[in-house]
Amino acid sequence: MSERTDWPLWEVFVRARRGLSHTHAGSLHAPDAEFALRNARDLYTRRGEGVSIWVVPSAAVTASSPDEKDPFFAPAADKPYRHPTFYEIPDGVKHL
Amino acid sequence: MSAALALGDDALVLSHRLGQWAGHAPVLEEEVALANIALDLLGQARVLLSLAGDEDELAFLREERAFRNVQLVEQPNGDFAHTIARQLYFSAYQLPLYRELAAGDGPFAPLAAKAAQEVDYHLDHARQWTLRLGDGTQESHARMQRACDALWRYTGELFRPVEGLGVDPSALEQGWLRSVGEVLERATLTLPDGPRSGGWAAGAGREGLHTESFGRMLAEMQHLHRSHPGASW
Amino acid sequence: MTALAGGAAGGTASAGAGAPGTAGAAGQAPDARTAAFDAAVAAEERIEPRDWMPDAYRATLVRQMAQHAHSEIIGMQPEANWITRAPSLRRKAILMAKVQDEAGHGLYLYSAAETLGTGRDELLDKLHAGRQKYSSIFNYPTLTWADVGAIGWLVDGAAITNQVPLCRCSYGPYARAMVRICKEESFHQRQGFELLMALSKGTPEQHAMAQDAVDRWWWPSLMMFGPPDDESAHSAQSMAWKIKRFSNDELRRRFVDICVPQAEALGLTLPDPDLRWNPDKGENGGHEHGPIDWAEFQAVLKGNGPCNEQRIAQRRAAHEEGAWVRDAAAAYAAKHAAGEHGKAEAA
Repeated sequence: MSERTDWPLWEVFVRARRGLSHTHAGSLHAPDAEFALRNARDLYTRRGEGVSIWVVPSAAVTASSPDEKDPFFAPAADKPYRHPTFYEIPDGVKHL
Repeated sequence: MSAALALGDDALVLSHRLGQWAGHAPVLEEEVALANIALDLLGQARVLLSLAGDEDELAFLREERAFRNVQLVEQPNGDFAHTIARQLYFSAYQLPLYRELAAGDGPFAPLAAKAAQEVDYHLDHARQWTLRLGDGTQESHARMQRACDALWRYTGELFRPVEGLGVDPSALEQGWLRSVGEVLERATLTLPDGPRSGGWAAGAGREGLHTESFGRMLAEMQHLHRSHPGASW
Repeated sequence: MTALAGGAAGGTASAGAGAPGTAGAAGQAPDARTAAFDAAVAAEERIEPRDWMPDAYRATLVRQMAQHAHSEIIGMQPEANWITRAPSLRRKAILMAKVQDEAGHGLYLYSAAETLGTGRDELLDKLHAGRQKYSSIFNYPTLTWADVGAIGWLVDGAAITNQVPLCRCSYGPYARAMVRICKEESFHQRQGFELLMALSKGTPEQHAMAQDAVDRWWWPSLMMFGPPDDESAHSAQSMAWKIKRFSNDELRRRFVDICVPQAEALGLTLPDPDLRWNPDKGENGGHEHGPIDWAEFQAVLKGNGPCNEQRIAQRRAAHEEGAWVRDAAAAYAAKHAAGEHGKAEAA
């Protein structure tokens, strides 16, 4: 074998309990997906923090660049009408 | 209760051996994994020994000849392949045993139901590693085969009857051979064909006859407790 | 969208993220980038892995996170030394769980360090070669069972005092790792205190064992906060960058004030004849302690502590003896890559 075989990095997502979505918990090294799942179970849920785990090779994640932050996310910032607080409702009106 | 002692000592001794890996594991992720297994087994041991008496008195004040664990679990860690082979052989026995116990209504049923889930994972961990070591590199293959061969002679004892257990371990033997054989085959390893117990010592561990390294293990485990008779910790 | 060379989900990945900020920020003058970075730090915004950051900030963080991770991993050894001799099954379970946590914390911290583009293997190589440090406290030996208690109470206590402010560190991945670690570590200190309490209230031999351990661990624990403020090489800059929130001396003072009443509750004495309450210290008074032997600190730091060589030798041996196992798993993964990939079931 080669003198160095670094195990690749995996991103771990944990569903804390039913009804919640998977949330990024951290990362770890593993030789393959099966071991990534098992290592994630041992490392990130040993205090009962999860009911389900996803693992994704870190290299497979495509991310937006923070340097493009403004142009990339700016369009979403100027549409306040998407948020409920945009609308004025008279006091006393309920269930809205 | 000799059955509680037998099962409890198995779990206690294997847990102790796995605990010896702390700080020495081949990769950091495996530090966490081996400790998880050791902690599961220690938890089982505490429940089982408490069924038979005071857990600490039983663990720390019995002589070597009074321990009822199988010889397999007391075998030294050796290299990682030996540790994995030991775990594979033992978990492949412990899992169906606990499932049988859980299905019954004996005193071990509640513990066995919970512990079977833990052992399911131990067996999975051992299988995954057996596949990788067996079907990994030439070196790992050779080491894993050596380990499987070396520990083979301690596996016959697993299926000896245990007084008061309520389950006949000999009924588990064929299933065990199938399950272990299947993993070894997938791992490109050869099922050992030597004798499955020393001729002079069939069932020895369960009757209090152990191997030389066990005495040293107990000396280390018990020395502090025994140095302070009656003290609380 | 940019496909990352090494990936970066939620800000933890990755080796190979390389030189962040080089492409998109190329249009900005260096001054403007520095100003934007300084403003973000001043506004208590978190810096994330691919943000532009000053080289020195990056270097400081890699050094500190690596050192912190190494400390967790080396720190397993003195306590693991007692796993096989723990005097009750309850204590054995607690100790095993604690040492396991330390491995886990090392893993969290290595992941955090890796977000800045330095792989774990590279960091471990540096540790093994003696080119990166770990906390000097772990170069002291654990000679008796009571040392396990003293480490929990004093060493973990000092570590927590240091670490809680790090949960608000300006670098996001480090801060998040620390939140998780601090949450998990809350039991570490308590178990140490409880262990010492049992000894202190036990037989005379047990009491003496506890006192001896506190005598040996007290001063090294105070040294864990680092040299005095006026001699600390990195402090001022780290404070400005909000990597560090309080000075060494400030944290040390806080620790002493916390420990004195706890020692009383334990029925143990702290080995410092000069230790006394000074009502005029600070706003609400505080303890004065005797002089710390900084020559000892420097000697241990330079490699002349009781266990420096032993600790590194064990770590290196574990790594080298484990190489064939890691290679086997990598070889298996390569052989089975076609069938296995993407099979991580979503349970």
